[in-house]
Amino acid sequence: MAGTALRGRLNWRLGTVVGLEYESPAAKSITLDLPDWRGHRAGQHVDVRLTAADGYQAQRSYSIASAPEDARVMLTVERLDDGEVSPYLVDDLRIGDELEVRGPVGGYFVWDAGSPGPVLLIAGGSGVVPFRSMLRHRVAAQSTVPVRLLYSARSQRTLIYRDELTRMAGRNAIDIRITLTREEAQDWRGYRGRITRGFLDRTGWPASDGPLVYVCGPTGFVETAADALVSLGHEPSNIRTERFGGAET
Amino acid sequence: MRVTDGNAIAGLLGEVFGGEMTAVVGVCAACGSGGRLAEMRVRLDAPGIVARCARCLEILLVIVERRGIRCVDLSGFAALDQPAPFSDGPGG
Repeated sequence: MAGTALRGRLNWRLGTVVGLEYESPAAKSITLDLPDWRGHRAGQHVDVRLTAADGYQAQRSYSIASAPEDARVMLTVERLDDGEVSPYLVDDLRIGDELEVRGPVGGYFVWDAGSPGPVLLIAGGSGVVPFRSMLRHRVAAQSTVPVRLLYSARSQRTLIYRDELTRMAGRNAIDIRITLTREEAQDWRGYRGRITRGFLDRTGWPASDGPLVYVCGPTGFVETAADALVSLGHEPSNIRTERFGGAET
Repeated sequence: MRVTDGNAIAGLLGEVFGGEMTAVVGVCAACGSGGRLAEMRVRLDAPGIVARCARCLEILLVIVERRGIRCVDLSGFAALDQPAPFSDGPGG
């Protein structure tokens, strides 16, 4: 599939909303029926375009949350209160609505299960979305590459895919470590605090293992994590980053 | 104002250039550093779309749309190179 998914003209097409589910109070998963979808690679995006009654158009790029092997394309969108597109997608979209999308796009922040490992995934907030695609892809492709996900969220309430990640964790060399940055809950048994150099040193793969590292989250989060990784000896060419302007975690 | 990166304009770049561009290496005309277009710092609301060098923050690329015509300014690049197929392995 690699290399072929992007050939040909990039056209807008209509998808039908067939599933809607809140993942957290601010994030919703949108499942689309897209006729003639040519498949995608884990980590790729689609563009979504909205057109107002007066013809004004706004478009944004969203990571695909589903695996290439999944039957339908799923996006998970976090509401940005001053956003032009996300409030509509999270609050107003209904089952049966049609949505203009084009894609898949992107050839940089992608992972194929045939790649050698280990793989370190570092997510801030809704930066975990493309990693759901990669983790599901790894399971579906029966890859044995060791994968570790470090996921930073503000609180248990804002955790996305909590149940699914819990089911995946600890099986088949998938290691998932969640840290909460703003919650003092007594019942939380995971990590606390931000993803710092020290946290990465304790919980990430050592640079000597040569992991392929993916970092996705708000801009400040990604800069901090990428700088820390380089200072720990990771090769910059093994670190792939994706920044979105969402809320800081 | 939100700053994102070149991943967010993969679709637009694909439309303008006719192919996948985020793994292409661009060389900044101001500081000479090279990086994947995915790594550019991008503002979507500039107005128009403005992409800057991740190292020196000089403008690399501006895309605006006027009356249905896209105007693309690439003058911030010294070079755009399609590298060998992007390795998925360590060291790539």
